[in-house]
Amino acid sequence: MTLPATAVGAIAAIVLMAMVTYLTRAGGVFVMSRVPIGPRVERFINAMAGSVLVAVITPMAVHGDWGARLALAATLIVMLTLQKPLPAITAGIVTAALWRML
Amino acid sequence: MSQGTQGAQLDLAGIIVGIRRMAPMSLFVVIFGLAFGVAALSRGLSGLEAMLMSALVFAGASQFAVLELWGPEIPLLPLIATTFAINARHLLMGAAIQPWLAHLPPAQRYASVVVMSDSNWAMAAADHQKGETNVGMLVGGGIALWVTWLFGTLLGVLFGSGIEEPQRFGLDVIMGCFLLAMLVGGRRDLSILLPWAAAALAALAAMAWLPDHTHVIVGALAGGLAGLLLPKRKEASP
Repeated sequence: MTLPATAVGAIAAIVLMAMVTYLTRAGGVFVMSRVPIGPRVERFINAMAGSVLVAVITPMAVHGDWGARLALAATLIVMLTLQKPLPAITAGIVTAALWRML
Repeated sequence: MSQGTQGAQLDLAGIIVGIRRMAPMSLFVVIFGLAFGVAALSRGLSGLEAMLMSALVFAGASQFAVLELWGPEIPLLPLIATTFAINARHLLMGAAIQPWLAHLPPAQRYASVVVMSDSNWAMAAADHQKGETNVGMLVGGGIALWVTWLFGTLLGVLFGSGIEEPQRFGLDVIMGCFLLAMLVGGRRDLSILLPWAAAALAALAAMAWLPDHTHVIVGALAGGLAGLLLPKRKEASP
């Protein structure tokens, strides 16, 4: 099942995303007023939230060029040392730009 | 979250206080919004579509992640699964403040969470634990974030369209760097590396052997399942 990336298709995809996202925002409040979320479900959700980002980023690093790989490495190092996303992302972009200039 | 006092109310004064308290953080959100606008254009979204996504979805990490799926055709199931998996943390955030929001009328309760995002939720949850009854931080902080996210996206859309060959300036890596920064930003213990490694391997395997775009779902589920193997947290054990 795919939507064509025409204006209508893209807007439909965006509305669908918005609905799914609101479902997550309201869902916890709704479900919790009926059943508490157990520790197993909580562990699953916690692990899944980070894992989805890992699943998106890993192919970028594996299939990307060295500019992309070094950019990700720079972001990781700055983020782990400073814990501030803005300098970390800036470091990544600058690294990729410098590598590709060489 | 059970230490909070009873009661909750939502009023304009509280919302304005919430907007003010979120102001410093909002400046950073403008820059992230700008990065999203640039990334969205480079993936083939129109400026209007990028703005619409920021306005209606209002969840940065999932917006960046679905750009990876964008092409001549948009695969529906991976789109829904990616959006859900990244935003599933909202379920826990909502569950955590439910005992507080339960004191609001249902219409206010479900309207308040429209703008629930990581930073305003965190500040509001801290308010609640201090005994604050006004929910204005959640709503006002959310409004501040929403406006600045949208404004940033607009700047990115206006500014990004003028950039030719964005990869020369490293702008194609914004998305990956943003997601990576979000990933390692939280406070976590090292045991999370087990589900993350499972997710990485599963995603690469899915990319090699399964249909296009399934790698995100496969990786997320593999990571979630691996998370079940982790030892229980201290407070979770009976």
